[in-house]
Amino acid sequence: MARVFSLVAAVCLFALPLSAEGIDDAVTSFELDNGLQVVVIEDHRAPVVQHMVWYRAGSADEPIGASGVAHFLEHLLFKATDTLASGEFSATVAANGGQDNAFTSYDYTAYFQRVAADRLALMMQMESDRMVNLRLTEHNITTERDVILEERNMRIENNPRALFNEQMNAVQYYNHRYGVPVIGWKHEMETLSLSDALGFYRTYYSPNNAIVVVSGDVDPDDVRKLAQETYGQIPANPDLPERMRTQEPPQTAERRLTYKDPRVAQPYVSRSYLAPERNSGDQQQAAALVLLARILGDGTTSYLTERLQFEQQVAIYSAAFYGGMSLDDTTFDLLVVPSEGVSLQTAEEALDTALADFLRSGVDPEHLDRIKMQLRASQIYALDNVDGIANRYGRALASGLTVADVQAWPDILQAVTPDQIMAAAREVLRPERSVTGWLMKADEVTQ
Amino acid sequence: MRLILAVLTWFSLSFAAAAEVEIQDITTPAGLDAWLVEEHSIPFTALELRFRGGTSLDAPGKRGAVYLMTALLEEGAADMDAREFARAQETLAAAFSFDASDDSVSISARFLTENRDAALALLRAAIHEPRFDPDGVERVRAQIIASLQNDAKDPDSIARKVFSRLAFGDHPYGSDGEGTVESVAALTRADLVQAHRDVFARDRLYIGAVGDITPEELGALIDDLLGALPAEGREIPGPAEVLLTGGDTVVEFETPQSVAVFGQAGIERRDPDFFAAYVLNQVLGGGSFESRLMNEVREKRGLTYGVYSYLAPKDLAAVYLGSVASANDRIAEAVQVIRDEWTRAATQGVTEQEVEDAKTYLTGAYPLRFDGNGQIAQILAGMQMEGLPIDYVATRNDQVKAVTVEDVNRVAADLLDPDGLRFVIVGQPVGITESTN
Repeated sequence: MARVFSLVAAVCLFALPLSAEGIDDAVTSFELDNGLQVVVIEDHRAPVVQHMVWYRAGSADEPIGASGVAHFLEHLLFKATDTLASGEFSATVAANGGQDNAFTSYDYTAYFQRVAADRLALMMQMESDRMVNLRLTEHNITTERDVILEERNMRIENNPRALFNEQMNAVQYYNHRYGVPVIGWKHEMETLSLSDALGFYRTYYSPNNAIVVVSGDVDPDDVRKLAQETYGQIPANPDLPERMRTQEPPQTAERRLTYKDPRVAQPYVSRSYLAPERNSGDQQQAAALVLLARILGDGTTSYLTERLQFEQQVAIYSAAFYGGMSLDDTTFDLLVVPSEGVSLQTAEEALDTALADFLRSGVDPEHLDRIKMQLRASQIYALDNVDGIANRYGRALASGLTVADVQAWPDILQAVTPDQIMAAAREVLRPERSVTGWLMKADEVTQ
Repeated sequence: MRLILAVLTWFSLSFAAAAEVEIQDITTPAGLDAWLVEEHSIPFTALELRFRGGTSLDAPGKRGAVYLMTALLEEGAADMDAREFARAQETLAAAFSFDASDDSVSISARFLTENRDAALALLRAAIHEPRFDPDGVERVRAQIIASLQNDAKDPDSIARKVFSRLAFGDHPYGSDGEGTVESVAALTRADLVQAHRDVFARDRLYIGAVGDITPEELGALIDDLLGALPAEGREIPGPAEVLLTGGDTVVEFETPQSVAVFGQAGIERRDPDFFAAYVLNQVLGGGSFESRLMNEVREKRGLTYGVYSYLAPKDLAAVYLGSVASANDRIAEAVQVIRDEWTRAATQGVTEQEVEDAKTYLTGAYPLRFDGNGQIAQILAGMQMEGLPIDYVATRNDQVKAVTVEDVNRVAADLLDPDGLRFVIVGQPVGITESTN
């Protein structure tokens, strides 16, 4: 349910859905005079539509001291506007048989509704209304701040793995806001005010900072007309700031941390490396890292599983993660959960030995062929999930990529060579660019 | 015998707001039934198989056997070990998932048209010839034990397990289908072979398929895949008595936010009042922002991020469940508000406007479920398991619309039992003590 946010850079268990764009040509994009970007993805199999608006503003764009305000504002967007009472937005969607929600990440905040296709005009009218006409009260602030604090309790405070991830990120990013959790640090969330929320809203919520994605049973010309009648009536914000963030300096020293919690049942080793993201017109290295993550740690046939689970039997689970869709430098992550009786030290050493061996031995061409076959098939399977395609475009455009980048991506993945994968591996998997964390039971002795 | 395949029913419908879903009821030459929706625009098929019984079929003292057996199906079959099986699956880009729950073992498969036969041969091996190799058994056993150890320190899992024990006692529903650390550790290969024999049989099989396949092709595929299964499996246990009493159960656990699972006796899926109860729940605590519980506990008081209730009509018992989580010093207020809302709905009922809004939402949301071959295949298998008629997708919304505020309030007075509502609270709740009404 609702007002959810996604922890994109945390060691997440959702591997990125890989690309359906190549054989998906039913995409139209255009821009309104006020700078609003619109993407339409047609799928006429069912008379249903998904309408999303993505703001190029996430937690990494927050002012210092106000962490969590992007996500807080996301909650507050369901309160009153000039023409809608508090709660009336969702009630109206529900009264039209639809579903709505929203989510916040480091680089974007997004709102969406799924409804019958003939209700699109109403959704666009309401969504464009709350882009600029929000009317918040102090009472909204006090109750909704309690809600986000309970959300933090549920997602983070009650979960030692989430607390550990938060510390890992904080250590990985010394100078970039990706080191601050999307939901915010608790002590700063407790002080978020009406003026914090309105400040973020007035700075970032405008047509020239938004992307509208409409997918489903729609005609692009109709969408253009509706967009013009709704969003098109809002003037651009001439004071929209450049999206400039403090960047990470080159990391030159290996970093380590240990997090202990009595609620940990299963200790594990987590490793992250600072890694480049997908850049517009320059996605080759990111593509090589996507394939590297699959080769190293994606399922039964992956390199680390083979070594650590089947051969040495020192781990019950191992995995590699790389997202790649991010505005600034992201991370390449590894995880090893040791077998019963195996220490974290032994597990970490086995991981490093396996990585060193991989860097010497290189890519198994047959394994790479199988992964590429799966990527091609995923383009077919993805056609069955038009909402997934809409999400992919929205995220990409909010993360600095273009429609052309998204459409080029499947071919770029297919063209990656073993040499490129090994070059990316040597570039990224360097100890001096790493953070290694041990999640431990409270009573465990460090070895 | 000469008949390749009998298409018994061709049922067609169209929603106001959903694609035309044409469900065909087919009987294969070997006599198996399946429901099919042909969808040739994308070259793949989703196949959903359900075997009734699930983890409730565990033999006495063998808790977790069905779960472990199911998890091992993709860990080596026929002449392939686990890694050879996985490589073969990757080469075909087919996806199989195997899952065991209280009431069924489910197999969800997705395969391309271009290599359908090879993908199905692989799935056939997994279903009929799993190897249960000692190294695979130990590997997966260790993963399940680790997961159970995690559960023991997770407040949500603790709450669910304690609630299930209180609700169902010694019935299989009363314990975790994954087993306990001790029971899983003691399982032998012979137990897994027996669980396999107990679960996979034709007398409890339900099949849904959606995608790029004709009835004739599907019939041949099903017979090849499943025709050789034994006729009968292990006897499914009898109904579970719902043992819940009203009151609060507290499980001390050091964590900042208390997690509560609550519930009472429910209503059977086949009960003529089921839809009235379903609408009632939508008003009271269904998963939207408009529910009374969300409004009172979250929107008005900021006591939680989420509070929900839902009807859980399982095969062998029906319960009415919910959950909420609040900081330790606020959970008592959240619990009190929920009890008050339970009482208010039971004694004063709900309004006509609330009922109408809930019906609009439910009827509008229903077609949105039909969004993808895999989801539709699951719906088809689920409908058959619940004994619903093939025209249900066309009549379901009419059944919702037929519910009146009088129906809802009659059912509210009858079903909602504030004195029988049990809360299991895990955490360090302030101001809540153990109690039984």
